[in-house]
Amino acid sequence: MASLDDLKKRIASVKSTQKITKAMKMVAAAKLRRAQESAEKGRPYSEKMNNVILNLSNGISDKENAPKLLSGTGQEKTHLCVVMTSDRGLCGGFNSNIIKKSKSYFAKILDEGKELKIITVGSKGNDQLKRVYGDKIIENISFKESKNANYFDADKVGKMVIEKFEAGEFDVCTIFYNQFKNVITQIPQAQQIIPLNNEGEENSSEESYEFEPDEDEILSNLLPKNISTQIFKAMLENSASEQGSRMSAMDNATRNAGEMVDKLTIEYNRSRQAAITKELIEIISGAESL
Amino acid sequence: MSEEFKVEIVNPEKSFLVKDDVSEVVVPAFEGEMGILKDHISIISFLKPGIIRILSKSGDENYYVEDGIVEFKNNNLSILTSTIFNLADMDKSKQQDLLKQAEEEANRTDINDQSKYLADQKVEVLKTLN
Repeated sequence: MASLDDLKKRIASVKSTQKITKAMKMVAAAKLRRAQESAEKGRPYSEKMNNVILNLSNGISDKENAPKLLSGTGQEKTHLCVVMTSDRGLCGGFNSNIIKKSKSYFAKILDEGKELKIITVGSKGNDQLKRVYGDKIIENISFKESKNANYFDADKVGKMVIEKFEAGEFDVCTIFYNQFKNVITQIPQAQQIIPLNNEGEENSSEESYEFEPDEDEILSNLLPKNISTQIFKAMLENSASEQGSRMSAMDNATRNAGEMVDKLTIEYNRSRQAAITKELIEIISGAESL
Repeated sequence: MSEEFKVEIVNPEKSFLVKDDVSEVVVPAFEGEMGILKDHISIISFLKPGIIRILSKSGDENYYVEDGIVEFKNNNLSILTSTIFNLADMDKSKQQDLLKQAEEEANRTDINDQSKYLADQKVEVLKTLN
């Protein structure tokens, strides 16, 4: 059995760990509120953008010559996956959930004999993926300096994706991120952004629009913006999810530390009492033998 | 019958402005300024750098935008933009900053004609704000 001194040290160390996790939980809770707010505020923009594009693509006269960002290159040979993770750890299953989701997708693509290219956003994803898919990662971006998700960063990623698309480096682009549902539930998502997927979103309004200039020009102007918008949305959802995930993970850690302290304290008291009893027995039996 | 309609300006971060007593909005559409009144036909267009003027009972407002999309439908005007500034809040130094940025952009040689045109527009509009 561990000595009394060891136990004492152990209790002190668990207690100080508990203090750290408790502080992290509170910081995450404060950040979560802000991140959640901005995720909610950002929704109207991406929804409106989607609506406009939907209306436009319904109204487009000549589907053959539609911009490639909308209709695709006509083949599905090379897939680009943008995996968005966090830059910091200690946030429970947040990163591993995204990685798990994306890995199963990667396996599917490689099984079909297609080519795979990966862009990782956030250093944690890069760390986990580079061991298995190191040769597939073509770019790694991290926004450690930016405190909050901002549109400027998203635009940078978006522009890069479009550049690569126009250079013919890939045919299909999918982004992976965690959708924020609530503090304890985040759903890893795979969203295809090129070509744009309008499945099941048939807009019933047969409203005819006037376009100025014509549809094609607006569309070709709008689609690149939409890519950045979708990435920005993913970043906002991701940052809210990260904080939520960290908060619940730290909450669990704090509770577990508390339980451990209780258990160790009982053990400590027991061995202290045992030592006292032992001493008493020794004294008494020593006196009796006289 | 009232002659008012609703306008909503959203940027990626948040819903920037919502107003429902607007009588006229003038937007810098790509092919020239466009005034929008109530019961305008449904229209989608995009913006070039310029000034959005919102005229309403509660006072007129002016905003500087660099890009965006406008959609008008059922007397709802939505303006989506990534860069927007209220002229009332914009002071000299802010304006100078933007102007300097725009001029730098316009002087670059490695951009295509369209971005060059947009950058020139920015410079022009910002100069008139003096």
